[in-house]
Amino acid sequence: MSDVANTHVVLNAEGPQLSTRLSRRAALKRGIFGALALYLGRSGVLPRHAWAFDPTLPATKPAKAKAVIQIWMWGGPPHLDTFDPKPEAGSDYCGPFTSPIATNVSGIRINELLTELAKIADKYSLIRSMTHGVNAHETASYLVQTGRMPGDRIVYPAVGAVVAYFKGQPPEYEGLIPPYIVLTEPQGRFSEAGFLGPRFKPFATGGDPARTPFTVEGIVTPGVTVARQKSRRELLQNLDLLRQVMGDDPQIQEIKQAEEQAYDLILGTSGKAFDPSEEPQEVREKYGTTTFGQSCLVARRMVERGVRYITINYKGWDTHKENFVVMRRKLPEFDRGLASLIQDLADRGLLDSTIVWCCGEFGRTPKIAWEAPWNGGRHHYGPAFSALVAGGGFKGGHVVGATDRTGSEVKDRPVHPTDLIASMYELLGIDPGTTIRHPQGYMVRLIPEPENGATSGGLLREIM
Amino acid sequence: MRNPVPIGFLLAALTVTATFAAIPPEPVEPFDSNQEFSVRNRIDELLAARWKEQGITPALICSDAVFLRRVYLDLIGTLPTESEARKFLEDRDPRKRERLIDELLNRPEYADYWTMRWGDVLRIKAEFPINLWPNAVQAYNRWLYSSLARNKPYDQFVRELLTSSGSNFRVGPVNFYRATQDRSPKGIAQVVALTFMGVRTDQWPREKLEGMAAFFSQISFKPTMEWKEEIVSWDPYAGSAATQQAPPREAMFPDGVKIQLPADRDPRQVFADWLISPKNPWFAKNAVNRIWYWLFGRGIIHEPDDIRDDNPAVAPEVLSYLESELVRSGWDLKHIYRLICNSATYQLSCISRSQNPQASIYFAYYPMRRLDAEVLIDAICQITGTSEEYWSMVPEPYTIIPQGERAIRLGDASITSAFLELFGRPPRDVGLVSERTNRMTASQRLHLLNSSHILRKIEEGPGLEWARTSYANPRQTVTRLYLTILSRYPTEKEWQILKQTTAKSSRLSREMVVDLIWALMNSTEFLYRH
Repeated sequence: MSDVANTHVVLNAEGPQLSTRLSRRAALKRGIFGALALYLGRSGVLPRHAWAFDPTLPATKPAKAKAVIQIWMWGGPPHLDTFDPKPEAGSDYCGPFTSPIATNVSGIRINELLTELAKIADKYSLIRSMTHGVNAHETASYLVQTGRMPGDRIVYPAVGAVVAYFKGQPPEYEGLIPPYIVLTEPQGRFSEAGFLGPRFKPFATGGDPARTPFTVEGIVTPGVTVARQKSRRELLQNLDLLRQVMGDDPQIQEIKQAEEQAYDLILGTSGKAFDPSEEPQEVREKYGTTTFGQSCLVARRMVERGVRYITINYKGWDTHKENFVVMRRKLPEFDRGLASLIQDLADRGLLDSTIVWCCGEFGRTPKIAWEAPWNGGRHHYGPAFSALVAGGGFKGGHVVGATDRTGSEVKDRPVHPTDLIASMYELLGIDPGTTIRHPQGYMVRLIPEPENGATSGGLLREIM
Repeated sequence: MRNPVPIGFLLAALTVTATFAAIPPEPVEPFDSNQEFSVRNRIDELLAARWKEQGITPALICSDAVFLRRVYLDLIGTLPTESEARKFLEDRDPRKRERLIDELLNRPEYADYWTMRWGDVLRIKAEFPINLWPNAVQAYNRWLYSSLARNKPYDQFVRELLTSSGSNFRVGPVNFYRATQDRSPKGIAQVVALTFMGVRTDQWPREKLEGMAAFFSQISFKPTMEWKEEIVSWDPYAGSAATQQAPPREAMFPDGVKIQLPADRDPRQVFADWLISPKNPWFAKNAVNRIWYWLFGRGIIHEPDDIRDDNPAVAPEVLSYLESELVRSGWDLKHIYRLICNSATYQLSCISRSQNPQASIYFAYYPMRRLDAEVLIDAICQITGTSEEYWSMVPEPYTIIPQGERAIRLGDASITSAFLELFGRPPRDVGLVSERTNRMTASQRLHLLNSSHILRKIEEGPGLEWARTSYANPRQTVTRLYLTILSRYPTEKEWQILKQTTAKSSRLSREMVVDLIWALMNSTEFLYRH
């Protein structure tokens, strides 16, 4: 019986695992190269910089888009006060925002505070007919980012985890930085990785990019010098007896590999990618010196270094109370950060290969709650909301779909979350009809079959 | 060439492999004792026969220090303190291991830890996608904790879960039926099969699942005037209003026996009677196999929630023995823990002495596993004298967990914690054991090596202030740190390494102490069960 036959490599969504421990003699007989190759999967080369890997991965198609920046407006931004203004609907609907401004694309008007975005409407398209009808944060967040309704015993991964799964692994991905980043905190209400498991969770930076230094958790540690990092590492290697004794155990291989990657970031130069203070001051100011503005800048730096998926978890849009007070504060910050990001990506020739998508889990009620305690508030609204998409093969200067006179219902070209997600997959060269392996062994389609009762308006062909 | 293999690394790996390619002639300090395996109970007898048949040499019995740490982590999810470690290591009683097992089984942390483990299986979670709501989570956890603390007989434990009625806020076990994403009779049948039979129903013929679902077709979930309160009860007409159909009168047990549902009896009772019978082929087997899995990281049938004919047990005779012991003892779960932990098999070292790759699936050495997320953060907090902030933003008003609460006691997978998320706490979405992932990732490694979260605990944690300020007696400081963090005394070899590091001075500096704490807390020995 061959040694290989004695060793079962179990493939699952987390990559290969040795189900049996290699005995020391078997490992020696086969040669450590063989053992490592078996453990490390398809290439037989130690993928030092692999953040995740799975040899069962289907090949991706040629793609227009290489990277995605998702601006997640957590809480649900008011579509009437951003990209779908309704000045004719009266003050019970539009409140103080009665004069939307024209953009550089004729016929497209947006909220009057979005002055910078108005100058570059030819670079993005607006989807004004997003709809799913769900008014609860958790379910809607899950639905907008996985394309699925919860409840069928499978917990699906969010778009970012799927992109990390397909595009964030060697040989395609060689970066030292994790391929899926969230600035700065994970969403927390649902597990972004779903059944793909923790390897495909986003790396959360923590810290605040608007502060210097931007203390990226685990990578940037003020107060610990490089020399001390190195001497600590040496001390650890000397003292770690169990590791020395159990050298050929798969668990030891795993921790060693994880540690090498970690030290590449701690001691190497790639951790610098997170540092927006390397940018000229005027660039930093252009984006705005806010957490959101600087997050947009860091996202651009990540894209330049080949990171595949960056989520900016942008909180504060759940404006049940005093919506207009919040909007006056928030919209200029949002406008400045997002417009600078899109313009900067375009100036650097990166917009063609980078998708930027921007929305929340739903819109907000078109009719304003003027009464106390809301004092001009808007509540959750799933029947209609807006999304902005740019780059990576999405055309600019278009509007997809429309809502009715008051922004209450989609009257033209409904776009469901699955349609937007499937369109992004298509641009990324990931076949929306492809399947991935569930840890329980069966194959799961990325996007549900339309005939299985899933509502769909089809791919966004008109802007692709 | 892309990603060149670092030659130095491979040479190092080769050296290690070459050194230990043969059976180590001597026990490896400090992990092995110098004791060979010898049969202590029936489990050992049965497994030893398997090893003989397979040509497997078992590992040596582990050292006292390894046993101490292992059994604390495995039975109560808690690291021994410095004084507990010292006391056990200095104890000369030859029966001290047995005594320690009994002691731990009676500690309150036993119930804490197993409430957490059972909470995974029972999917206890306030929010999405399981929506128990916080009040119900508390009621459920209280019931679970007291059942485990009192060592409620397992048959009674399951009967209560399956047949209770009442408010989800008052009667904890009624939440069993609410803790599922799909509350249809079929959805419930799937959850019952998974939880108490270890069986996945995905491949079942339709007729079989429907036959079992009939037992759960008369459960009613009725809202009250209290926000998010629900009364779970037997209602013979439940569901018929929604489906416009009379509830099924015939049901089928998973073993194929059909039965007419009596009109005057809750069908849940009828099912429970069948399930918890000593003759049931799944019930006791699933229970003991799961406990085995919890203690060894691998089931005798593996995975433990995938029991089926074409997934055979590696040692069915061990399972049968444990099943009969569970029944004979009056469904006493602690009896099973006691049998396993007192076996020589459980007490084997993690250093394999067999060249046979089958050694691991026959449990011929103890398998290393990374500490669970909750156990790891609790251990870090215990050593450093620090605590974590746990809370949940949903639903309003927020759930704020009191300062100093341990992670193993959280009892709700909806509580927000970046650390627990990062280290693979199970989401409790479906209740499969594979939801918990203890594989080490690069992001986890970064966090432990270099995050401000962990470094602050090491540099400022009040629990270690004594060490950071005691310079005069290095030997004493080092010894105490080893006992606190690794639950053992430093070996002479380690002492030599440290002496070389600190050779330039006879006193320790704060920086040296911090670095030593950091190194010990980042060692494989600390981060893994072994």
